[in-house]
Amino acid sequence: MKRAVFAVTALTLLLAGCGRTPSPSAPPPKGFGAAIVDIGGEKQAAPAGASLDQPVVAQVNDAKGGGVAGALVRFNGSGGVRFDPPAGLSGNDGQFTTMVRLGDEPGAYSIVATTRDQTGKTLTITFPEVALDYQQTLGRELSEKYCSRCHNAESSAERVSNHDNLSVAPHAFSDGATLNPVSHTNLIAIIGHGGAALGKSVEMPPYSPTLSASDIEALAAYIRAVADPPYRPQGVFNANQ
Amino acid sequence: MSLRKIRQWLFGDSARAFGSLSVILVLLLAIVPAKDHFREWLHYQNKYRSLIRDRSDGASLARRFQAGVQQTWLPDLGVADRCATCHAGLKEASLTGIATEPFRPHPPIPHSLTEFGCVMCHRGQGAATTVEEAHSSRNASEQPILPARYIESSCGQCHERALAGTLQLNAGRDMLARYGCVRCHKVTSPEGAAMTATDDPPSLEHIAAKTTREWIYAWIKNPQAYATTATMPNFQLSDEDARDISAFLISQSTPYSAGEARKLPPVPAQDDAAALQQGSSVYGEAFCASCHAMQNAAGLMVGGNVGPELTRVGSKVRPEWLADWLRNPKVYDPDTAMPHYRFEEKDIGLAMGFLQSKTDSDFLASVRLDATTPAQIAHGKTLINERGCTACHEINGIPHADNFAPELTAVGSLPLGKIVFAPGLPHTLPDYISAKIRKPRSFGNALKMPQFTLSDTQVDALVTGLLAQTSRAKTLPAALRIPAASPSTYQPAGRAGQLMNDMRCFSCHTIDGRGGDMAPDLTREGSSVQRAWLVNFLKRPNTLRPALIRRMPKFNMTDEEAAVLADYIMTVYQTPAFDSDQIDASKFSSGDVAHGRDLYYGKYGCNSCHILDPNKDKGYIGPTLTQAGLRLNAAWIFHWLKNAQELRPGSLELNWNMKDEDARAITAFLMQQKTAPKEGSAK
Repeated sequence: MKRAVFAVTALTLLLAGCGRTPSPSAPPPKGFGAAIVDIGGEKQAAPAGASLDQPVVAQVNDAKGGGVAGALVRFNGSGGVRFDPPAGLSGNDGQFTTMVRLGDEPGAYSIVATTRDQTGKTLTITFPEVALDYQQTLGRELSEKYCSRCHNAESSAERVSNHDNLSVAPHAFSDGATLNPVSHTNLIAIIGHGGAALGKSVEMPPYSPTLSASDIEALAAYIRAVADPPYRPQGVFNANQ
Repeated sequence: MSLRKIRQWLFGDSARAFGSLSVILVLLLAIVPAKDHFREWLHYQNKYRSLIRDRSDGASLARRFQAGVQQTWLPDLGVADRCATCHAGLKEASLTGIATEPFRPHPPIPHSLTEFGCVMCHRGQGAATTVEEAHSSRNASEQPILPARYIESSCGQCHERALAGTLQLNAGRDMLARYGCVRCHKVTSPEGAAMTATDDPPSLEHIAAKTTREWIYAWIKNPQAYATTATMPNFQLSDEDARDISAFLISQSTPYSAGEARKLPPVPAQDDAAALQQGSSVYGEAFCASCHAMQNAAGLMVGGNVGPELTRVGSKVRPEWLADWLRNPKVYDPDTAMPHYRFEEKDIGLAMGFLQSKTDSDFLASVRLDATTPAQIAHGKTLINERGCTACHEINGIPHADNFAPELTAVGSLPLGKIVFAPGLPHTLPDYISAKIRKPRSFGNALKMPQFTLSDTQVDALVTGLLAQTSRAKTLPAALRIPAASPSTYQPAGRAGQLMNDMRCFSCHTIDGRGGDMAPDLTREGSSVQRAWLVNFLKRPNTLRPALIRRMPKFNMTDEEAAVLADYIMTVYQTPAFDSDQIDASKFSSGDVAHGRDLYYGKYGCNSCHILDPNKDKGYIGPTLTQAGLRLNAAWIFHWLKNAQELRPGSLELNWNMKDEDARAITAFLMQQKTAPKEGSAK
């Protein structure tokens, strides 16, 4: 009888020990929110294994939408994503900021920020991010040099956008709704031969032969990688699905 | 049952013995196929087969699939890689989108996998046939798989020249030179050429004339407290050590040859808001911000990183030194990148008023230094010797410290067995190098390596640059190696050459491979522009590219100086590709011009990047063309439209590959554009 009790106790302890992975020490929460929202840092792209340029910011709000200070926010992500810091208390504005380093595999990553409300219920918000492979990273560099001045409407202190100067507004590369239906052949053609090749604006100039065929492929790969909604390649199907 | 009985039962008579031995033999023989059957790679090959079986392209994938151990053997490179045994889909582009390893196709790269194998880039044990042994070998003499974020380091084993596709490696190598790493650590290429530093740490031989002991003390305690962008690392000095080093630096300082002592120009009082505003205008019009950064009221850092940050410069420099520096920087520092501006004394006074207003009362607030003692000075000298300050700075009475830190030439192949890891550090080479850069003193407080202030991205780049320094690079066939370009020593001759040095044209412009990358390459400038325009531009530079914030400053040249420079540029900086007078602009017909206009606005959409009619066009990318007919040479425009990349490699202008008649018509149209620029119109 004693043995049975001991065995059950040992088993329970063992299971309890396995169930809870040791988490990095985080301070006890001083406040609880009713919602967690995305303030910034989602939908960024960086080379696989690299840090995202901008920090990821989540905000814990009360029922009225005001920031809650001192709420415990924890960041999680699969595939080897690392956070600095991974957890902590929200500031006076209810915000918690972390720097994100993506995992070593290229592809889509989901970063989840969690906090708990008064009743202990878990609140989450997801930040989608993209890790670029070699070809896509190359495409991003080319895009920065040749494309983003027109295709990115944002101006910075160092660089003024040309987007609003054009009579036909160029599409952001993340505009998946417009660009995903464009076939690979047409995408390559419009970059290489210009807008006129597909009966679109001549303000999109022909980048061939300035860019080599492999450069243009790299650009297309980058455009597909940052598409939102995500790009699903066509052509190959699986009989089981 | 006893042993004897078993023996009796198995081998009791010859028939039994024969039967038993046959069974044992069959079992023994079965071990071999069984062992084979449970091999790890066979498991993956079976998984690959089932992965491709149901795909629409399954038949062609299956045709190309080869069962069994697959090996790439490249004796010249020392490569025997069996990775493709499990990574069966490496060369199957149609598997793009498969996310599970080991079946993802290799992303397109400039090299063929069969020519270079896998371990050249990814490291690991190529000949291994188990997952564990191939990827995460912990043996001291072996290399585990390189994390993907450092993969560009492998390109650097052959490519010693910056590559378009390896931004991180290029950045890392630039940092080794720019952050002064190679001043203490020797890094040599496989050819034996030592990497040289590109930073310009100032000489401290006349430091007392430039700044105060209090400033030196506060600076060496924490350079980033003075300027967040400072590249000088933090040596984590104690108060006493900083006190003694500052005492010695002041005591060794000698006067610099300023010629006769000159009076200070009239400097406006610090409460004269109008004069400070004028000083700010002098700073702005001289485009000081092209090289120097300054934190603005909103806390944003604005400006370039060629010269030091000036946010708190008023707390640093002595007025007499500042006046001399603004008059002609070369008097204090003959090798400075700063141009000689030829300012008027009045403007120097105004600029001084503005710069001296850039103070930070907190920075020096807590610094209280008593008079120095000989013992302090002697101790300061000892410290400077020990810390190797003269690896970067010239200091009177102390010899140059040469490569006193460990050589890093083959740090990318450092065997794990030779590394002492700090507690808690993962036992891999990249983690070790990265920790050494992030927190050098975590390996021991007595270490001399200072603390740098670097972002994650910068550390990744540096680690990549260092991992490229492998011993494998030395054993590669010479034909594979692409050596670094030897640095250009181009020097223009004669009086024009002197003027170009005086105004430090090479700090921003490149000519014949020498110079900075802030401004356009001038190697072919004489073929590009008209002399009258050039003279005017040198005297009064106006804005050509409205979107750029880095601009050509006004150097207050005399007419004679501008003429000398213009003549030299027009004569020497010519392209061999065509004659400048090849096209006579006066022979264009009005039909050519009209056709050119149609092509400009229609077929080629030039207006999306260039402004020609300021009331109508808005393109911000290329230079304004309102006065193209006064600025540019007709033959240049014609050839530029045909292939700009050939005339100026790296230009943002496309290689249009235009037909002769189109290029001719647009040239005709552009040569008609002769609107004189309006003052301050372009913004």
